[in-house]
This record gives sequence, C-alpha cells and structure tokens, in this order.
Amino acid sequence: MLNILGQLFNRPSAVFGIAVILLMLFAAAFAPWLMPHDPFEQSFDGLTLMGEPLPPGGEFPLGTDLLGRDLASRLILGTRTSLIIGILANGIAVVMGAFVGVLAGYFGGWLGMVLMRFTDLMMAFPALLLAIVLAAIFKPSLLIVALVIAMVNWVQMARVVYTEARSLAEREFIQVQKAIGSSPFRILFRHLLPHLLSSIIVFGTLGISTTVLLEATLSFLGVGVQPPTPSWGNIIFENQTYFNTAPWLVFFPGVAILLLALAFNLVGDALRDILDPTLKGRH
Amino acid sequence: MRNYVLRRLLQSGLILLGISLVTFILLYLIPADPARQIAGRSATAETVANIRAQLGLDDPVMIQYFRYLGNLVQGDMGRSYLQKAEVSILIAGRLPASLLLMISAIVTELILGLTVGIVAALRRNKFEDQALMIFSFVSISAPQFVIGILLLYFFSIQFQWLPIGGYGTFAHLILPSLTLGLLGAGWYSRMMRSSMIDVLHQDFVRTARAKGIAQSQVIVRHVIPNAILPIIAMVGIDIGLFMSGIVVVESVFGWPGIGQLAWQAIQRIDIPVIMGVTIVSATAIVLGNLLADLIAPWIDPRIKIK
Amino acid sequence: MFKLFLAGLTGLALFGNVALAQVNENAPQGGSMTVTYKDDVATLDPAIGYDWQNWSMIKSLFDGLMGYEPGSTQLRNELSASNTISADGMVHVFKLKNGIKFHNGREITAADVKYSLERVTNPKTQSPGAGFFGMIDGFDSWNAGQGSGLSGVKVIDDKTIEIRLSRPDATFLHVMALNFASIVPKEAVDAAGEDFGRKPVGSGAFKLAEWTPGQRVVFEAFDGYHRAGVPKLESVTFEIGLEPMVALLRLQQGMADTLGDGIPPAQFMQVMNDPNQSKNVIEGGQLHTGYITMNTRMAPFDNVMVRKAVNMAINKERIVRIINGRAVPANQPLPPTMPGYAKDYKGYPFDQDGAKKMLADAGLANGFSTELFVYNTDPNPRIAQAIQQDLAAIGIKAEIRNLAQANVIAAGGEPDQAPMIWSGGMAWIADFPDPSNFYGPILGCAGAVQGGWNWSWYCNEALDARAAEADSMTDPSKTAEREAAWRQIYVDIMDDAPWVPVFNEQRFTFRSEKIDGDGTLFVDPVHIPVNYDYIFSTQAK
Repeated sequence: MLNILGQLFNRPSAVFGIAVILLMLFAAAFAPWLMPHDPFEQSFDGLTLMGEPLPPGGEFPLGTDLLGRDLASRLILGTRTSLIIGILANGIAVVMGAFVGVLAGYFGGWLGMVLMRFTDLMMAFPALLLAIVLAAIFKPSLLIVALVIAMVNWVQMARVVYTEARSLAEREFIQVQKAIGSSPFRILFRHLLPHLLSSIIVFGTLGISTTVLLEATLSFLGVGVQPPTPSWGNIIFENQTYFNTAPWLVFFPGVAILLLALAFNLVGDALRDILDPTLKGRH
Repeated sequence: MRNYVLRRLLQSGLILLGISLVTFILLYLIPADPARQIAGRSATAETVANIRAQLGLDDPVMIQYFRYLGNLVQGDMGRSYLQKAEVSILIAGRLPASLLLMISAIVTELILGLTVGIVAALRRNKFEDQALMIFSFVSISAPQFVIGILLLYFFSIQFQWLPIGGYGTFAHLILPSLTLGLLGAGWYSRMMRSSMIDVLHQDFVRTARAKGIAQSQVIVRHVIPNAILPIIAMVGIDIGLFMSGIVVVESVFGWPGIGQLAWQAIQRIDIPVIMGVTIVSATAIVLGNLLADLIAPWIDPRIKIK
Repeated sequence: MFKLFLAGLTGLALFGNVALAQVNENAPQGGSMTVTYKDDVATLDPAIGYDWQNWSMIKSLFDGLMGYEPGSTQLRNELSASNTISADGMVHVFKLKNGIKFHNGREITAADVKYSLERVTNPKTQSPGAGFFGMIDGFDSWNAGQGSGLSGVKVIDDKTIEIRLSRPDATFLHVMALNFASIVPKEAVDAAGEDFGRKPVGSGAFKLAEWTPGQRVVFEAFDGYHRAGVPKLESVTFEIGLEPMVALLRLQQGMADTLGDGIPPAQFMQVMNDPNQSKNVIEGGQLHTGYITMNTRMAPFDNVMVRKAVNMAINKERIVRIINGRAVPANQPLPPTMPGYAKDYKGYPFDQDGAKKMLADAGLANGFSTELFVYNTDPNPRIAQAIQQDLAAIGIKAEIRNLAQANVIAAGGEPDQAPMIWSGGMAWIADFPDPSNFYGPILGCAGAVQGGWNWSWYCNEALDARAAEADSMTDPSKTAEREAAWRQIYVDIMDDAPWVPVFNEQRFTFRSEKIDGDGTLFVDPVHIPVNYDYIFSTQAK
C-alpha cells in the first residue's frame, strides 16, 4: 500500500490530482471558517438596483447569485453536498455495478442471466418517477437522493464490466487457472479484477460529473437538497438560462465539477498504470 | 442462437411487464388526484367524483392495472388527461423524430469519441493527450442546455450557417445531434483511450510488431477491434441516458420528439402519457441491450453465447 | 426610486389611450404573424380547454353569446344582437344576430345555443367549466346525469333563446362570455367524437387550417365572420416546442412576431436595457395576484395574530426587485385593474420589529418552525427563498418544499399538509373580470374542501352570505353598490389575514415590427398574449 502511494507521488499529474481532492475535502470540512460571507444571506448590496446579480470582483470575489448571495461562499459550502454525491453515491454505484457485472460475466449461466435481466429492469426503471413519488411522500434529504443516484448509476457500470468479463473469462490465462483448480474467488479477485480495473476506474471517475448534475435534476423535482442549501449542481441548474447575462453563475460551479472529475481521473490513471498487470507482465 | 434470441425476447417481455406494473403503482402512489387535475380549479366536488367514476379511478389499483393491460394488448394506450388525444397517436407522432435524433447522436458520439480516444491513446502522455483530455472532461461536465444555446448562438445567429432550431432538413439535425452527442463523445473517448492502452500493452501486439507488421495495420486490424468491446456495452446504455438529455435538447432546438411530451406529462402527472412513454422507452432500452449483447460476440469471437 | 423606474418603463411602452381600443378601420387586410410557445397545445375544445395557452386561441376560433370590447374588460354582444333581463333578474332572453355562420358554412340557430350549453354541463363531457353554469335552472339534476337537458334553457324560435336562472346572478353575462359558453355545431362534435379538441369547428374570426402535433398550429381567417373587416390578419402560425430563450432569439432575428410565453426572466433586463428592443415592449396589468396562503387549520396559523405578523414581515419591494420589477407590490386580494379594488386601503405595513412583537404577544417569542411549499419553476423558488429570509428575520424557520405543480396543488387541497404555500405559477388569474371570481374557489367556504383551491382553508360564513347577496344584485343601476359591497368584503378578509398578498404581476409583450395595432390589444386582459382578431400586419398592402 505504502509502495503504491510512493509511486503515485512520483507522478506530477497524480500529485496535482491528489492536491485538488485534498483541497476540496478541506473546503468541505472547514467551510464555516473559509467562507468570506454567509452563504444564505440575501444582501441588499448583492444586487443592482434592478435586481441583477453582480459580476466577480470587490466585496464578492466570484460575484453574486440572483438573490444577492455570495457565490464563493455558496460554492465552498456546496462542496459538501457535491463531494458526498460525487464520491460516495457514485462510489457505491461503481462498486455494486462492478460486483454484479463481474459475477454475471464470469459465471454466466443461470446466475448471469438473472443478474443481467435484473440489470435490464433497473435500466428501464423510471427513476424520475420514483424521485417524484419519494418527494411527495418523504421529506427531502441527501440520503434519499444519494440512494436514487446510486440506484440509477450502478447498472451502467454493471453492463460494461459484464461485457468485458465475458470476454476475459474465455481467455487462456483464466482457463488455465480453472484447469489447475483455483477457487472461483481467487480467480475473480486475483486474476480477473485487475484487468477490469482500468475500465472501472475510468467509468467511476467519469461518473462524478454526471452524478453531480443528476443531483441537481432530482433536487428540482423535490428530492434531495432543498433551497437554500447550495450544491454545485443546483447552482448550475438554477442559473442555466442566465449564462449569457451572468456567466459566472454557470462557469465557476462548472469548473469546480470539472476539476473534481479531472482530479480523480488523473489519480485513477496513475493508479491504473501502477497496478496494471499487463505492464508488469504479471498475469 | 435462435433459441438464445427467443429466450431473450421472452425475458424482455417479462421485464416490460414488470416495468409497467412498477410504473403504474408508482403513479398510483403519487398523492395528486388525476380527476382533480382534469376537473380544474373551479370544479365542484360532484364533477370531480363524476370524473373519477368515468375513469374508473375508484377501483382497486390492481383492477385498474389489468384494465390498462387489457387495453394495451389491443393497442389502446388510453387518452391523455391533459390533451384528451389518444396516447398512442401522440407518441407515434413524435417517436420518429426522437429516434432520428438518437441515432444521429450515437453516430456523432462514435465518430467523435472514438477518434479522440484513439488519438489520445496513441499519443499517450504527450501534449495531444492532455489537450484531448481537457476536451473530454469539458464535454462531460458542461450542462447540455448551455452547450446547445452556445452552439445555436454561434452557428445560427452569428455565422448564420444553420437554422435556429426546427425540424425538417439535414441542416436542422446537425446542432441537436452534436449537443446530445457531445456528452457521450466525452465518455467514449475516455473509455476508448483506456481500453486501447490496455490492449496496446498486451503480448500479441508486441508479437505482431516483432513479426514485422506495420504499426498502422496492427492498430486497425487488432488493437481497435479488441479495444472497442466496452464501447459496445455502452451504446446499449446510451439509450437510457439519452432520455434525460433529450428533454433538454429537444426543447432548445424545437425538435418535435417525445422528450417534450414526457417532461410535460411528468410535471402535470398525466398518467396515461407517462405510462405510454415509459413502456416505449423501456422497450427501446431492453432491445438496445439485447442488440449490444448480440453484437459483442461478433466483435470478440471469444465471447460465447450461452 | 423603484416607482420612478416603473413610471419610466410605462413611458417607454406603446400605450394606447382611453378605455376602449380604437379598432383601426384603415388598417390593411392580410398578412400573417407567428407566435412561439414551448408547450404543446393541449386541446382546442372550448368545453375542455382551460389553460392560459389555449384560452385565447379558443377565443379566436369560437364565439359565444357575449364577448368583450377588444383590449378591455367591457362586455358586449357577440353572437347575440341584443339581450334583455327580466325585472327580477331571473330570466335572460338573447336574440341572435342575422347571418352568423359556423366555419362549416351552416347558419347558427338558437338550437345550437341550447346544444352547446347542454354539452358543457353534461357530466359525460367532463368539462372543468361546468360549475360556472350552476345558476341555470335545472343545472343540478342535468349535471348529476339525470334528465335529457338543461330545463332552464328554452328555444323560443330560431333566433331567440331564453335562459331561466335558479337564482339572480350578477355574473351571468360574464359567464356567457367565457370560452365554456362558446357555441359549437352538433354535427362537427358528433363526427369528431372525443377528438373534437383536435378538429375544432366554431364561428370565430379564425378557423383551424393545420395542426402538426409538436410543431405548429395554423389559423386562417374565416371570411364568413359576422364582423366586417375582422380579422385583419390572413393567418396566425403558432410554433410549438421552443424554449423561451430560443424563441426570443428568433424574434430578434425577425422569425417570430411575439412570444407566447413572454420574455424569459433571464433575458428581461437585457431586452429592456436596449432601446431598440424596449420600444417594442408593451406593459400592461393583469387580473393576477401572487400571494402566500397560511393554513388556518394548522397551528400556529390558526391564530390571527400570527397571520398578521407574517403579513408585516414580508418585504414586498425587495421581492419585486428580485424579479426585475416585473410586478407591483400588493396589499389586498384583488388586482388594481379589477372593479372593487380598494384604492385607499393601506394594508399591513412592512414592519419586522412590530411583527416580532406581535408574535411575542401571541406567546411565540421564540418563533416556530414551519414549511413553505412552492412550485419548482423559475422564479418561484427564488421568491420562496426571499420569503424564507423575511420569515427568519422574525424568528420563523420555514423549510422550503420545492415540488412539481401537481404535488403542490395536491398538498394544498388537504387540510393538514401545507402550512404555507407561495402561489407563484399557480396564482389566481381571473376567469372573468368580476370581483366575485376571486372569492368562491380560493377564499370562500365552498373552496375549503378536499381538493379545493382554498389553500388557507378559510371559511367565514358571514362573508359567504354577503358574497351571495352581492352577486344577487343584478340590477345594472346597482353596479356601484355591488362593487362597494365586494370592496368591503375583501377589506374585511384582510382583517382575518388568511393570505399575504405579495404582488400583482405586470405583463410585458414584446412584439416585432411586422405587426401593429392599438397598444391595449397587446396587453388585452382577456386575450393573452395578444388579441389576434384585431391586430394587423405592417407588411400587408
């Protein structure tokens, strides 16, 4: 483990990625001390006389939003929600999906059929409807939206892993392991999974952006964080139509999402290089 | 093979049945009363009660469900609560436009995404790779609404090369497909790059080079076909992902597809339309997955159909 | 500062003069206009159509016995040549004009009137407007499914129809001007069946020429129309499925003539700050009020002191500023353009300290927690957040519930779910320009039922009795007295403070230079966005 960390720090891109992630975690944890203003205060000075938001500069470093609230403070506070969604919800989805996919792809047969049909079912499932029903019945919470997102995203991971696992399962080195009587679990985890790792990592990091934006759509329908709680996704979503009159409201949160996904991708890429069995010739 | 296809079709039918039941029950659970929606804000209690009776909304949910199923197999999807028109006609009128958009978006994604992914993999860690990586991530992170309007603004208003939204000619198709496809292109480019890097490191590639086969031949004949496997899986997924993107893109470009229909219906809890659209899109998703599973062994002969 | 701005804005606008729009007799005939909409047209069946998009489209396709002078709220005879009211106000007799025809060429007779009224009140039609005809004799049994028709409607001869009421009702002529009272031809309804909404046949200034679902609806002028020179335009095209921002782009490029969904809030200031564009924007009032309802059946809103305190806590000027000045602060339920509006009524002052004191007097010195329901479309969540901040200033912690429209309406219709609702997006716009329309469904006891729209569940029997009495003043000479009665009813409602009236939205119509007409036609209170029948094209010869 320490060996891996050491190797990571040798790569500048990975260092950059780790730095960004740590910075965001720091911002999320210490938000109350970092925010220049109260993120919920709709200040009189935050809008022009006609009610337009202020561009970046001066008292409000990144500008204000349509209610005169400081964008920078809201972005910092929003890190919490977005990290939970982007890392936790997405992470759960990735792990579940990979697990189901590899089981179905390797074992095939009856288990594979049941698992993949279940995946089909979940893919066709009207998640938006579920969100509306949940919004009407329960009080909105981050937990519900995280669960809905995990439910929606795991199937995609499962399908990709399934297809690849199907192919890998027939490869010689796996057949060899089967022939010498290795236990299925050993085959799965020591031999199959490392080859799947690159797809899993890539897919997982890409998923960060889409989950953050999906959270915004769900909040719009009444699930998840409710106004005035900020999240990067809902700041973009609320202000999409204003992007040519108040571009900072879309640009800055967009850059934040981009950076987070990019950071994970860089780290993931580096990890993949370090762990890649084919590079080392390890089978 | 034929048995496999038949079995899958049967399973798909069961899945669709399951989806229809789940959707119906979810809609039933929504507290909004459809009869009140139809009766409007100035209606009396008698009018509402009367509409409930006429629509059979007082019956137990399973009876209503089976009534719906019974009509469905006869091709009757009921009438929209809001528009009073037949749902099957509403959907049939708009589905072709959405299908056209989806197919051209998939084509755009594949062309753009695969090209970017391949180039990035071949120029790994060099400048092109970094630049293309930024491009991919911007495509993935930018909201489609914003991209759509930006494209519209530049190509239709500033340069006036393309029409400002609308439907009918190939020119109308370009910007919506690009907007819808850009997101997927970002995904495909990253997946392809990753997949190609994996394949490029494998033994048989080195063997082929050692045998003296040209680099380009190796890539085209051996690397790409092997690397493309996860992409095939993803195309099946795309159809599901598209549903959310389609709503936005269709409304920005005035594309007369089912996205608009679906979104309006969801906002107003127009139950027959929501049922119809869900069943139709579920069918598309399930068939898409089936297709992807059938193509996979064709690309990678090692995969067996069991 | 703010009022100055509004005055300036009005100055920029192209306002017509006097109450009645001058119909320009010299305007050229012909030409066309294009209107943009985002949503698909739901239906064009006058008995069913009840949303603000199809309401004026139906007005152009259909006519009823009564109508309104263009650009105003003044009643006039439409298909009827004249009408009389009996002394006791219970019997109305209408004489039809000569030479009035349906779009299919057939002449209209009194039998058609009876058929149309019976169709809309027939329970099988499921019309949302059936309730408006409750004052007609025989309505109760016919609407319950008994009998063979409306016994109160009698055909005297081909051109004369007599309507007997079960109670005198001062709003009856307004009801006859509603879309629901449009005259339809039986043969067309029978032929189309349930699809009459897609194949409408009426007698209005325009007829339906084309309907391509999801793309466009086209009207063309009906040359057999009973008013000479109307309509001026040869055709009107409705382009469907366009995002409002893109529709605006099209208008700016000359590809559209007016925006059905209005100027998108995000581009409003941009348009108004550009003199080339703002000169084509006309501002007008609407019969609209945006309000916060407080559920009088849920504690602590059952305490009138609490409700008064909330009234004093809301900073209405700030909210109007947040929506770029597109509204006027309100202090009572009725909008300023509605007869019965109390001009001199002061309402509750904006005084947060006073509000806190009132809460303390009510035993809630530490405030309380509650929920504020809101429809999730821009700008309503923003307005809700502004309200939330104002409430927090006096110690009330309100959690926002941001939901789809149907869910908010459903919550409001239950007595124990929604303590506070911001009405934006579902706010009351009058069905017809009469003060009684603002009472029944939203403030009267009849609306305080499950599924009703009286979301404050306010029921004051004494006021209900006074409302019924005011509506029974059918004598035209008593109009002023009736108005005064209604004025007092609404002022008294404010004493009970079931609502916080926040603002009255102004309407801003952006038109291209290819169409023109008297200013009031572009902010016609009854035809939204514009009065298609009287607008003319500047491009026609």
